[in-house]
Amino acid sequence: MPARTEDKAAGHAAAVEALRDVPQVPGASKPDPILVVDHVSRQFGGLKAVDVAHMEIQRGAITALIGPNGAGKTTLFNLLTGFDKPDSGTWTFNDRSVAGQAPYRLARIGMVRTFQLTKALSRMSVMDNMLLGANGQSGERVLQALLPFIWRGQERANTSRALELLERFNLHEKLDDFAGSLSGGQRKLLEMARALMVSPEIVMLDEPMAGVNPALTQSLLGHIKNIREKGTTVLFVEHDMDMVHDISDWVIVMAQGQIIAEGPPDAVMKDEQVIEAYLGSRHGSALTDDGASLTPDAQGGNS
Amino acid sequence: MLKRARLAMGVLLLTSIAFMVSGSFSPASAAESAIIGTLSTPGGEPVAGVVITATDADGVITSGTSDDKGVFAVPLSAGGTYLVEIDVATLPDEITLNDEADASRSLLVLGGEKKILIGLSEGGESGIVSVESGTTERVIQLLLDGILYGLMIALGAVGMNLVFGTTGLTNFSQGELLSLGAFTALVFNTAGLHIIIAAPIAIVFCAFVFGWGQNRILWRPLRRRKTGLIAAMIVSIGLAILLRYTLVFFFGGGQKSYEQFAGQPGLEIGPFNTTPKALILGVIAVIALTATVTWLQRSRIGKATRAVSDNPALASATGIDVERVISVVWTIGAGLAAFAGIYLGMTQTSVWNMGQRVLLVLFAAVILGGLGTIYGAIVGAMVVGIFVQLTTLVIPTEMKTVGALFLMILILMVRPQGLLGRRERVG
Amino acid sequence: MDYLQILSLTLTQAFGVTALIYLFAAIGLNVQFGYTGLLNFGQVAFVAAGAYAVGVIVLTFDLSLWLAIVVGMVVSTLLALLLGIPTLRLRADYLAIVTIAASELLRLLVRSIAFKDVFGGAQGLNGKLGRQFHDLNPLPADVALPVFTWSRQDLWVVIVGWGLALLATLLVWGLVRSPWGRVVKGIREDEAAVLSLGKNVFVYKLQALVIGGGIAAFGGILWAVAKQSVQPDTFQPDVTFFVYTILLLGGAARVFGPIVGSIIFWFLLAGFGELLYALINNGYIEFLAAQQVGSMRFMLMGLGLMLLMIFRPQGIFGDRRELALDAR
Repeated sequence: MPARTEDKAAGHAAAVEALRDVPQVPGASKPDPILVVDHVSRQFGGLKAVDVAHMEIQRGAITALIGPNGAGKTTLFNLLTGFDKPDSGTWTFNDRSVAGQAPYRLARIGMVRTFQLTKALSRMSVMDNMLLGANGQSGERVLQALLPFIWRGQERANTSRALELLERFNLHEKLDDFAGSLSGGQRKLLEMARALMVSPEIVMLDEPMAGVNPALTQSLLGHIKNIREKGTTVLFVEHDMDMVHDISDWVIVMAQGQIIAEGPPDAVMKDEQVIEAYLGSRHGSALTDDGASLTPDAQGGNS
Repeated sequence: MLKRARLAMGVLLLTSIAFMVSGSFSPASAAESAIIGTLSTPGGEPVAGVVITATDADGVITSGTSDDKGVFAVPLSAGGTYLVEIDVATLPDEITLNDEADASRSLLVLGGEKKILIGLSEGGESGIVSVESGTTERVIQLLLDGILYGLMIALGAVGMNLVFGTTGLTNFSQGELLSLGAFTALVFNTAGLHIIIAAPIAIVFCAFVFGWGQNRILWRPLRRRKTGLIAAMIVSIGLAILLRYTLVFFFGGGQKSYEQFAGQPGLEIGPFNTTPKALILGVIAVIALTATVTWLQRSRIGKATRAVSDNPALASATGIDVERVISVVWTIGAGLAAFAGIYLGMTQTSVWNMGQRVLLVLFAAVILGGLGTIYGAIVGAMVVGIFVQLTTLVIPTEMKTVGALFLMILILMVRPQGLLGRRERVG
Repeated sequence: MDYLQILSLTLTQAFGVTALIYLFAAIGLNVQFGYTGLLNFGQVAFVAAGAYAVGVIVLTFDLSLWLAIVVGMVVSTLLALLLGIPTLRLRADYLAIVTIAASELLRLLVRSIAFKDVFGGAQGLNGKLGRQFHDLNPLPADVALPVFTWSRQDLWVVIVGWGLALLATLLVWGLVRSPWGRVVKGIREDEAAVLSLGKNVFVYKLQALVIGGGIAAFGGILWAVAKQSVQPDTFQPDVTFFVYTILLLGGAARVFGPIVGSIIFWFLLAGFGELLYALINNGYIEFLAAQQVGSMRFMLMGLGLMLLMIFRPQGIFGDRRELALDAR
């Protein structure tokens, strides 16, 4: 089990405290939600990939979105971040309706995502990857671009901010390397650091641990916790329960496109419905936690 | 009832890149230069007594009159750019120009003899006399033309779509597979084989050499090297250029006809006007396409092809030999394309850039039906073929390709997955 | 055989008017394809837009050449918007097909009998298109360069053309080293990633298409001015692919790639042709007819494009490191 010491960090304590009285039912209201989702649905052919009636994400906490493969987690991410259009539904970010907004607009107002398959911009240097994240650059306007004196100061400020972040993510020695030459784990880190360059209020990480060397996972988890400690809300998708247990303050479970359970990690892991959902699709998988009754007649769950 | 024959000048197409010199002319002194051509009806009947004039840059006019074999010669004083015009008033009454653009053409003569073929054929398309009468009859006629044209496109497009489905390659040299078919048949035909024998031999030859062989020599190694799809697409463009100019190199820039059936008399069946060869080729095309579809449905390798198109990785994991499927697809695709080329060569003529000219129509068909979907190519081809012909009711014949291209662009905007395609999942 | 003459003819073509026209198209394509990753297969349409703007304004409407240049820029911008707005959201290969289709569609329209009064039909527009430009020619009547064999008129075009080409290159350099350039390079690498970082990808692609199209249209303007003739059938899709070959030869996404590529391309193409012609005319080669040389040059070019793309997609002087990373 990972080091528990970091759990005592202030952000975690505050999040746990805030979520203490939240009822452990699907679609539960949170005291201070940053993201509120209502009746979002998306169909592929005859299959309802996502059908979420209500979901709230607590500000300042790490919320994990878990569920078996094909539960609709990534699709929900795509919908919320504007990369896919829902058949119906609305959602608000900071009490502002953002349904139907283009992805770049959502990123600009503070909702930034990463991707399951890392999207490091291979033939660009690590530093250029980082600088791309900075928003409001006047040099990115085509006419100002030709007049360096307009953007040089801003560029310098962004570079020093990028250096700080790279140092935090142990990538500062690589800053002139092509991003394509980094290892899988380093790319994940770069993507995370780059997302933080946007100065988001919420980062949405799509399977941040997927394809990462197990030795690196711990440090990756540490980085995610660190994001919360700096005051940024984290929502991440994962299907491995162990990882989730260690770092999340709150867990939302999806199966067949719907939210089937919510609660603190310990409680959710003991939830019968959750176990069924997992067993339905992946027999004998990551459910290793104590004494969960492994009902043999688990049903459904496959999509 | 106005009988209206469609006349189009199949002027030797001059490649127009500024520095390009192509075309079949025999070196001779400038004083012997002449523009020589033949005028004939779609049925192959010569048209006599038509006056053709050539005007040079200084405004000097020379002229010639077609003889009883339809042959005319306009003497020229030197090489240069000439404006070649047909005196419409001298055309026989029942024959009119398909569109006025054909009445005058600018032509670059570099010296020696320049051959122009002036055939009275349907916009260079299917070589039939169209009878303009009631709109209904015209619509029926155009529908038939469209179906025949669509069948040719379908033959050409099936291979392209199967290759796209199984390998992801957008093949810009597909058009050249048609040209190669037409010219391979021409080689066998010129060597003395009757076209009925030459054609099947050419098809089999093309299937194995230009289909199987091409995949083996070029595309399979590229897949092994993990060459990206966009890079492969650009490679196919290079290949298309290489093949096209190889044809010019060996056959020159002129239009070629097979020795048999070149000027087959027209045929009138009820409201339709067509040629027996077009009908027979159409029937064979239907058989070939049906056989391909049945093969995809029923045979083991056909089913495997569909599985590979669906998901190559999964197909490979279930024990399907993906490379073998791709080989088969290339072989069959090239064979069908060769047939399409011969179809074009028989109903019109064979020319080095014939494949390039249909390439965009093939794309239109494939995109309309759905890129990579098995039946998409056929359905798309028929829709495009009929659409292209029917649009001539409202727009000039010279612009009918515009209609097809416009339709394709429209489809891509509204329904990028094509009529039969599935929508892709994001992310 | 006069090798010096062959060299002189070759060099004249390598730096000549036609080479310049293609160079502008290649500089434009470098912005679109090289840096932004847009698979624009209809670059010839922008060249045609520039050329026809001059033809129509000067000849059809009998107005000033300077107005024509402004109109050329406006038309190419409109063309970029017209092409880009509906297609830039499409997949790369679809974009390629749509742009090549659109360029053919435009060629068919301008050569059609329906618009003959404006565009001159299949014969195009021929006349004193560049008179106003050539009137400004300051060169003495007996001007002659060593090696190069341009006429006084062509030399004037070549001087101005190369000046403008260097300016265009400077413009591209200024753009791609800026944060704007960083965004478009990011788009080339992965559109979704850039979108997720808050950049309006669509607008950047459109800007790249407009800028690249505008530079290419300058090539078209030069064409009309230098050749005093605009003909629809010179704007075949193959022109676009020659431009791709030039760009890939010099190295895409390299500021001087188009210039390097253009010089090498025309040097090889012209040199090969001139040498063969000389060999044939002097009786060293008997199995080839002179008119086959033209097709051989293009066979060579097609083969060259294939080999480049397979073995050196980063260009002749490209960076091997980038090649190793280029998964596409």
